[in-house]
Amino acid sequence: MKKNTLVDKVLPPLVCISMLMALAAALLYAPTEKVMGDTQRIFYFHVPAAISAFICFFLVFIGSVQYLRTRYAHWDRLALCAAELGVLFGLIVLVTGPLWAKPIWGVYWRWEPRLTSMLIAFSIYVAYLMLRTQGASGGQTPRIAAVLGIVAFINVPLVHYSVDLWAADQQLHPQRNVDLQPEMLYALYVCFAAFFLLLALLLRRRIELAKIEEAVEKMRQRLATGMDY
Amino acid sequence: MEKLQYLFSAYALIWVILFYYISRLQRRTKSLQEELKRLEKDLEEESSTPSSQ
Repeated sequence: MKKNTLVDKVLPPLVCISMLMALAAALLYAPTEKVMGDTQRIFYFHVPAAISAFICFFLVFIGSVQYLRTRYAHWDRLALCAAELGVLFGLIVLVTGPLWAKPIWGVYWRWEPRLTSMLIAFSIYVAYLMLRTQGASGGQTPRIAAVLGIVAFINVPLVHYSVDLWAADQQLHPQRNVDLQPEMLYALYVCFAAFFLLLALLLRRRIELAKIEEAVEKMRQRLATGMDY
Repeated sequence: MEKLQYLFSAYALIWVILFYYISRLQRRTKSLQEELKRLEKDLEEESSTPSSQ
């Protein structure tokens, strides 16, 4: 069984404290936005969740490329775990986005470039996870998943730059160079730090789970075949 | 003030999603660790039992 390292001991309380600080920064410290009012405070968790999802999708891309190059199982494991967390953070983005949109834009959803491309990215990574759960751990599945993990990443820069690529009248999202008050920026940085720490903790835990899943699968095979190697 | 329901709903849903995922992760890790221990024990018993052939 794995021994608890210093990081395993320090990271969980650090994540709890930083998430509480992020809540305080978003709901209490940050000033109320003049036009959108208190609803704008959704932004402090919505944007870090989106960036965390993009980091996860990038890790899927790196893991997939490295797996195809080296065929080392740990790269495949990283890609699988990062994809699951990318879907988790993507879900937070897709849930909080419409709740921010309704009081500001008057609609929960509109098929505008940023929303549509984010939904497509989310759906592709859900498909990736479905492929992983339906296919066996060995054989062709990791290779096919790695190819999908690389192809899926093509859509991610499109999500990020969609606000620049399409004309302003075709979208509801603001262009990326939005001026924020210093207090708003500090609150956003605290929320970014909290989300990145949460991402690191969840990724460690998910990779640990994937290792245990692989060990159990190997044990089952050994018992089924009656071989001890 | 009536718009606060959206803010509340967004933050509540974030925490529900996160807690659900973390509890699912912990439950699965715990059950697999128990299964791993049981399988190791079974394997030990199997290897200590003399073969019938």
